[in-house]
Amino acid sequence: MNDRVEVRKTYKLFIGGAFPRSESGRTYEVHDTDDKFLANAAKGSRKDARDAVLAARKGFAAWSAATAYNRGQVLYRVAEVMEGRREQFIADVQAAEGLGDKKSARVVDTSIDRLVWYAGWADKYAQVLGNTNPVAGPYFNFSIPEPTGVVAAIAPQDSSLLGLVSVIAPIVVTGNAAIVIASTLRPIPAITFTEVLATSDVPPGVINMLTGDPAEIAPWLASHGDVNAIDLTGVTSTELAKKLEIEAAGTVKRVRRPAQPNWLSTPDLGRLGAFVETKTVWHPLGA
Amino acid sequence: MTFEYAPAPESRAIVSIAPSYGLFINGEFVDPTSGTTFKTVNPATEEVLAEISEANQSDVNAAVNSARRAYDRVWSVMSGRDRAKYLFRIARLLQERAREFAVLETLDNGKPIRESRDIDVPLAAAHFFYHAGWADKLDYAGLGPNPQALGVAGQIIPWNFPLLMLAWKIAPALACGNTVVLKPAESTSLTALLFAEICQQADLPPGVVNIITGAGDTGRMIVEHDGIDKIAFTGSTEVGKSIARALAGTSRKLTLELGGKAANIVFDDAPIDQAVEGIVDGIFFNQGHVCCAGSRLLLQESIAEETIDALKRRLQTLRLGDPLDKNTDIGAINSREQLNKIDELIKSGDDEGAQRWTAPCEIPDKGWWCAPTIFTNVTQAHRIAREEIFGPVLSVLTFRTPDEAIEKANNTPFGLSAGIWTEKGSRILMMANELRAGVIWANTFNRFDPASPFGGFKESGFGREGGIQGLSGYLQSGTDSDDQAKGMS
Repeated sequence: MNDRVEVRKTYKLFIGGAFPRSESGRTYEVHDTDDKFLANAAKGSRKDARDAVLAARKGFAAWSAATAYNRGQVLYRVAEVMEGRREQFIADVQAAEGLGDKKSARVVDTSIDRLVWYAGWADKYAQVLGNTNPVAGPYFNFSIPEPTGVVAAIAPQDSSLLGLVSVIAPIVVTGNAAIVIASTLRPIPAITFTEVLATSDVPPGVINMLTGDPAEIAPWLASHGDVNAIDLTGVTSTELAKKLEIEAAGTVKRVRRPAQPNWLSTPDLGRLGAFVETKTVWHPLGA
Repeated sequence: MTFEYAPAPESRAIVSIAPSYGLFINGEFVDPTSGTTFKTVNPATEEVLAEISEANQSDVNAAVNSARRAYDRVWSVMSGRDRAKYLFRIARLLQERAREFAVLETLDNGKPIRESRDIDVPLAAAHFFYHAGWADKLDYAGLGPNPQALGVAGQIIPWNFPLLMLAWKIAPALACGNTVVLKPAESTSLTALLFAEICQQADLPPGVVNIITGAGDTGRMIVEHDGIDKIAFTGSTEVGKSIARALAGTSRKLTLELGGKAANIVFDDAPIDQAVEGIVDGIFFNQGHVCCAGSRLLLQESIAEETIDALKRRLQTLRLGDPLDKNTDIGAINSREQLNKIDELIKSGDDEGAQRWTAPCEIPDKGWWCAPTIFTNVTQAHRIAREEIFGPVLSVLTFRTPDEAIEKANNTPFGLSAGIWTEKGSRILMMANELRAGVIWANTFNRFDPASPFGGFKESGFGREGGIQGLSGYLQSGTDSDDQAKGMS
């Protein structure tokens, strides 16, 4: 029998590459599906959300200027580091979602594979979503997808790891910075994921993770003037979705409210094209 | 030196304007149930051109029902190949009646005939021609196999390019298999109503296109109508935001093409004469009533004085006056309200300490006019550097380094367009990368083409019009698991 007393972890937010506690000093209890106490997670506040926007805007500057090849390698690195922590993620997902051994292993493996899939898109999506345009005149004209900017995302409430990764990866592979609100009742896989991010050469601020109540935090992000878009995938209440859309209208944010897909199946390009802006450049032809 | 030109007015005999117009619903003109009308006026003469019907809720309902019936029974079950043929017919009819449309547009809008004849109308026809070809090729639109139409589209367009904006809205919607309810701006309904005649001549099935006239209230009824699946709006950012709010919580899709405050950036190595032509095109085209107008001129400090002098010389040769005259460069301001807005912002420029220069030109006694105006000594804090003026008013700022130009150009909530003038290729591409705007014109300005996507970043709106990207505003993926997707579809 192993009678060693384990060292337990304090679960914190992930903002600008650091792990702060909530500025509010608040936490909330996280339980497994059998209602057994797992941890106290940070209960993110308005101030935390605003700090995350500042960090994301800084992260966006560096990340959007990085080469597509570099962004692809960084995302691939995230997958590599995740693979090394596979057992921990399986245990986390099992506790969070109440899945059996096999199923949670499949969820973790698919999450890692999904990152690899999106990593590979980094230097290809512009070739699929961009084009030259044969205009009726002596001009060279091309259209390319560019990142929208800072994207706030409410991660799926049920699929605590695979859904989370499937929401984050397309946002950042296209050069955006993300502020993510993790699943409220199942935040631990997301927090473990931030530890992977912190050791995977993801520049500070590119992915920021908040835990807590989306109904409390998300409206501040939806109305924030320095957030360009909001992904409502994890918003289950239509009332909250409506409220967030109204807030988002004040700054003409791009709002995406997709239905929940089967996260295990291979995605289409919908999410890759969701937070990019088509930029079209004209130049005259001539000697 | 001034050049004297004999008047060269285009004849207005080619158009016949009815004293009053009904609403175009289900393929025919019907009287509005309200019986309420408003007048449309020639902004160059203040002459009343016609009485226009104001659609009320029951008219909007009738138009939406007609569009829904046409969608369910005819348009959604018609092959793409046949839809294409109707669009080709419309393109040809617009070409056949091009001069009539140009004259009518100039009468109702006040823009110079040279522009309506050479730009608005040919481009409108080109939009139908381009999109006609897409109707049976939508599997290649980038949304996977068998993409689906959205249903009934409600489309609300502005007064600055009345027929062209109609074409930008109707052509892609119909090509993608949607039916439409379109509302032109209240001060420029006439070419939309003439377009209704084109739909009749083309034997377009009744209800595929419905055109209802009215002001903001009618627009609101369209936006809030739950029989409509998609709203496409071009207009002010303020109204765009209120539309986004109105659609919050619904599954109706939305694309918005809103305001702008474009930077037109001239570097010290640019050919000054060419740049001056681009600056003039950028802000004085269509009296500056252009959402993508180059309203902020950013001059590199070392060439600022020289460029401003050259610009002033050039502006003295612009001819303001009768929009129907083929030599006219600057037409009338579309409405008294718009002129008041422009005047108010010009006054703010004076009050806030910018230095105003106004081109010396004779202002006609009647109608609404604004002489080309340049403000120098403008700072980024001035209202004329931040707010969309939508008039022939240019705010000049200076910069020293490319970084400073980028910083200033991007220092706006808008992001519709931008211009770059330099001979250095690497600088053009670097600037094009850094500018946060949807359309970048390098060594040119205000070019448009149906194959070229148009639309903004940030508060200039979302969605694109034109090109392959424009199709996604009117389609949903046939295999998409997230058909609830909202926003940029």
